Amino acid sequence: MSSIPNRPTESFDATRTGNAVLGKSVVVKGQILSREDLTIDGEVEGTIEMQEHRLTIGQNGKVRASVKAREVIVLGTLHGNVETGDRIDIRKEAKLVGDIRTARIVIEDGAYFKGNVDIVRAELAKPSAAASAPKPSAAPPANSPVSAGPAMAAGVGEVKR
Amino acid sequence: MDLAGANQSTMAFLTNLGHRVYSDDFLLQMDRCFGDGDFYENQSDPQKMAQFLSSALDYPDQHFDGALVWDSLEFLSGPLLESVVGRLSNMLRPGSYMLALFHNEERVETIPTYSYRIQDRKTMLLAPRGRRRPAQFFNNRSLEKLFQDFESVKFFLTRDHLREVIVRR
Repeated sequence: MSSIPNRPTESFDATRTGNAVLGKSVVVKGQILSREDLTIDGEVEGTIEMQEHRLTIGQNGKVRASVKAREVIVLGTLHGNVETGDRIDIRKEAKLVGDIRTARIVIEDGAYFKGNVDIVRAELAKPSAAASAPKPSAAPPANSPVSAGPAMAAGVGEVKR
Repeated sequence: MDLAGANQSTMAFLTNLGHRVYSDDFLLQMDRCFGDGDFYENQSDPQKMAQFLSSALDYPDQHFDGALVWDSLEFLSGPLLESVVGRLSNMLRPGSYMLALFHNEERVETIPTYSYRIQDRKTMLLAPRGRRRPAQFFNNRSLEKLFQDFESVKFFLTRDHLREVIVRR
């Protein structure tokens, strides 16, 4: 009788979706190719390619790279061009300098962005994309993190023609 | 080109019209270049001027078919203001328009600044961003002189003591 508790058999299928993490003290210079979701809390310089997966740049993450991913969420700093098949989310206190090519973009109040934005409409054949984005692609979804903070709620006026 | 700082409303509005949008926060860029010390004195430093122009307005000639500079020109003084307006003119395609806003209260120490967010064709939200001392007061004559190299200058008075100026390249 084994003293080691039974564990479910783990598959080493390379296509299984997981979430890899580069911690705060990790520094990578070069090319990153990933077949799973990736969170970066450290420093990366180079290129990042992960066409079918999500890249999250954490609050402590500092990335200086060109990025290609299905989805990108920026909470830290990113210098480089970004290409996403689905969406990019630039959160409050994030900093992104570079050009973006994406189907959808969400920018929270407080985020800093400098660069060009090119919206490339996604193929209608993707049912999940169509269901979650009934409005035009650049408009924020109903539960968008872009909401009126104190700066917006107080003293906002209208200039109507 | 939208120099109000990236925001969801304006980005959605412009991209839904089919435009490619260049976005930056011009006031923040100014603070980064000139904010260490006297803001307006630093604007006459040739090195800082050159650094600002290369970091904030480094685009080819006739690259944009529209520009929203909002109230940022009110906080540029002297030669820098002329250089920026000249640079903007070069970066716009002939026939394209630029929108700028100027306060029309003459004897005030500071003026409110806003984050300008286009909601739709008829509505714009102004989110307060504090108050700043303007470089100078711009009356109609000074605005006509400032934009003398543009094909036309039109003025519209709006609420909140703002004067909308639309110039055509």
